[in-house]
Amino acid sequence: MYVVEQDTAPEVAEQLSEFLKRRREQIAHRWADAALFSNVFTVSRDEAVEAGRAVAEALAEVARSGRLEDIEAPGFDMVRDQLGRMTSARTQSGYTPSQIAREVAGLRAPVAALLRAEFDDPADEGMHACLVQLTVLMGTLRLVVMETTINAGEELIARQRQQLLEVATPVIELWEGVVAVPLIGTLDSSRSQIVMESLLEAIVERRARYAILDITGVPTVDSLVAQHLMKTVAAARLMGAECIVSGIRPAIAQTIVHLGIDLGSILTRAGLADALAYALTQQGIAVSARPTAGADSR
Amino acid sequence: MTDFPAVHPEPVPVLALGDILLVTLRGDLYDGAAEQLQYDITQRIANSPVPVGGVVIDLSGVEIVDSFLGRILAEIAASARLLATRTILAGMRPAVAITLVELGLTLPGLDTALDIDRALALLGRAPSVVRPATAEEGA
Repeated sequence: MYVVEQDTAPEVAEQLSEFLKRRREQIAHRWADAALFSNVFTVSRDEAVEAGRAVAEALAEVARSGRLEDIEAPGFDMVRDQLGRMTSARTQSGYTPSQIAREVAGLRAPVAALLRAEFDDPADEGMHACLVQLTVLMGTLRLVVMETTINAGEELIARQRQQLLEVATPVIELWEGVVAVPLIGTLDSSRSQIVMESLLEAIVERRARYAILDITGVPTVDSLVAQHLMKTVAAARLMGAECIVSGIRPAIAQTIVHLGIDLGSILTRAGLADALAYALTQQGIAVSARPTAGADSR
Repeated sequence: MTDFPAVHPEPVPVLALGDILLVTLRGDLYDGAAEQLQYDITQRIANSPVPVGGVVIDLSGVEIVDSFLGRILAEIAASARLLATRTILAGMRPAVAITLVELGLTLPGLDTALDIDRALALLGRAPSVVRPATAEEGA
């Protein structure tokens, strides 16, 4: 991934580093007015200058190490920390990565202008080399920022996925000793694993004799998920509870039959109500309509 | 895992509770101890002066069950059935249940219960706990 820039003269990189270090105050002041810094640090300009100074110093560090094109260069750690917070703030306010990249690119012009002012002769060879190096460095900076942005986004997605899984599998106690999981939505392998774990935990916690797995809200299952359901039933039985599967849709029933999965050992009921009725009857509980006052008077 | 104990591990005690045999497994069970347990239980059933009403194996203190122990448990149940006795596994933890199922050991023909109390109830012995609701009704 890291390609060594062949024509990077170490002295040019050194020169650039010196320049960045020397001029960091001015660079920071100019960056403070750039969109990326000024929009995030609305609290005070001093903060923006402070952040800009830190980034400039980090860039000088990278330039000195000569790894201008290496996003893994140790100097960039500082940048990651500093710009990472800024870009995540930008992402939260609805900016796309390309917009952020454009803002980072906007940081180059002020520095280039400062660099140009360092040299008296506009056709100076050294200045040209230095500018090229600066461009390379800023390009790498852009990559680093993009990487941080994307990583932050991925972390967010992973966290939300986990939360979704937990929210989507509530275990409820229908009756004393009867727990149920009403499943809604598409089941995939990781979700059915969580269903299994939370149902088994609930059996222990509520000391449940009966566990109802209601899949009325599940449109389809594949063979892996069907296997998972079987495993859940078997595991519940091992723990001493009886597992009832209810609400199997016709399509799912056909799938299960087509897949050749043996449901023989599994207790099924048409709906959640039937499953509950079964569980109550097995426990010797009879539910009957109570004659109301109105019915008595008649 | 390499440092096996030099001496034989303590055998698992088999307690007699009336005509019920109660076995409480704790922590790691070495293969030798599991085999010894299987031998002990069948001997106890066969040599018991009164017919044994059932065997209750309490697994609540067990964190890990491997395929070997799973097989031993199934074999204990099978031999107990040949000796006209029921075996009930009690208090299996969710993690253990998942592991056994993943291993394909669903232990068919083995009765299970949530805890020892319910295992005894399954064997037709009265639960030891008097429910507070009943006491209130009596008052």
